[in-house]
Amino acid sequence: MTTAKEWPLWEVFIRSRDGLHHKHAGSLHAPDAELAIQNARDLYTRRSEGVSSWVIPSADIVASEPADKESLFDPAASKVYRHPTFYTIPDEVTNI
Amino acid sequence: MAGQDRPELVAAPDETALEAAFQARVDAETRIEPRDWMPEKYRRFMIRQISQHAHSEYVGMLPEGNWITRAPTLRRKAALLAKIQDEAGHAAYLYSAAETLGTTRDQTLEDLHSGKAKYSSIFNYPVLTWADIGTIGWLVDGAAIVNQVALCRTSYGPYARAMVRICKEESFHQRQGFEIMTTLAHGAPEQKEMAQDALNRWWWPALMMFGPHDADSPNSEIAFKWKVKRQSNDELRQRFVDMTIPQADFLGLSVPDPDLTWNETTGHYDFGPIDWDEFWRVVKGDGLCNRDRLDARRSAHEDGAWVREAAMAHAEKKRAAKQNVA
Repeated sequence: MTTAKEWPLWEVFIRSRDGLHHKHAGSLHAPDAELAIQNARDLYTRRSEGVSSWVIPSADIVASEPADKESLFDPAASKVYRHPTFYTIPDEVTNI
Repeated sequence: MAGQDRPELVAAPDETALEAAFQARVDAETRIEPRDWMPEKYRRFMIRQISQHAHSEYVGMLPEGNWITRAPTLRRKAALLAKIQDEAGHAAYLYSAAETLGTTRDQTLEDLHSGKAKYSSIFNYPVLTWADIGTIGWLVDGAAIVNQVALCRTSYGPYARAMVRICKEESFHQRQGFEIMTTLAHGAPEQKEMAQDALNRWWWPALMMFGPHDADSPNSEIAFKWKVKRQSNDELRQRFVDMTIPQADFLGLSVPDPDLTWNETTGHYDFGPIDWDEFWRVVKGDGLCNRDRLDARRSAHEDGAWVREAAMAHAEKKRAAKQNVA
């Protein structure tokens, strides 16, 4: 077994076509950003899945804590008035 | 998602409550994600299953690699190259999924090289003729797809997502294999004979890919409880047989099983007994190619070590130079 340092982990984001967001595709190992882009091409766009890619060192990603899920996200659940379907509009009124 | 996302192994006093909450999430079909609390046993179970799955994809390249330069046409060669590149990709998706559970890539590979971790026994059979390449695509990838479609709804999120991607890509593997078989089976008598010979050798090992009978599968109970799997080995094996026999009929080839009959009552094919002694012999290391496969894998890793080290050294040098400028 090699004792050398493992190549760092990167997260890969792919834009599937112009006009859409980059979306998380997966992760990979690469020694630097340049090779991470190359490897992302080979690993995540073998069938024309993308026109642009981002790579970000996994260690630099800041994520919310699962334990904070309720306090962060649950308050939105009771705020149904933020959705258009909450409001009653008479049937004869159109284009609204 | 990321390797640093090692789930905290909370030694809380109310471990039982945490486990109950975990099971409730599983039962409610909520996927378990890397940073969620999970029982240590679940974490270890998933690492074992995902890494063995990854190793199978990885080792699966070896029997086919030998045939790239021997492919009969450029079309077949391009297809085989693409298939093998896919296997490498599939291994990479799965190794990444295993890493979300707190393993390192190096440790996972070390477990393969030391023989501690297993991979699918099917890859310990030799690939003797071009018809074997067709049969592998048709039967081995076909069986893998049946297994993997069932795993697309597995409880661990990163594993399920890898499966969805793999299933999408693997369909072409089976179809290119069947196309090879169609050409051979409808070709010269010698070609048809070659196709039949390959089917004779690969049929039973393909059925063994689904694992032991449910009654002899010690991990099944907990795998069902955690919704890691949702169909039993025998159910999936039966599905594969039912799908495959009409395809063999189309080719005008017959599977090497004198007991195979259509059962009107059950609506399934009945098939003969599987040689489980052979299965366990190959699992335990005494298949025809176990040693060759591991030797090839180890030397590829060791011979490539200098490249990995040089790339890392180069990256560090560039980084240092950039910092000095700044």
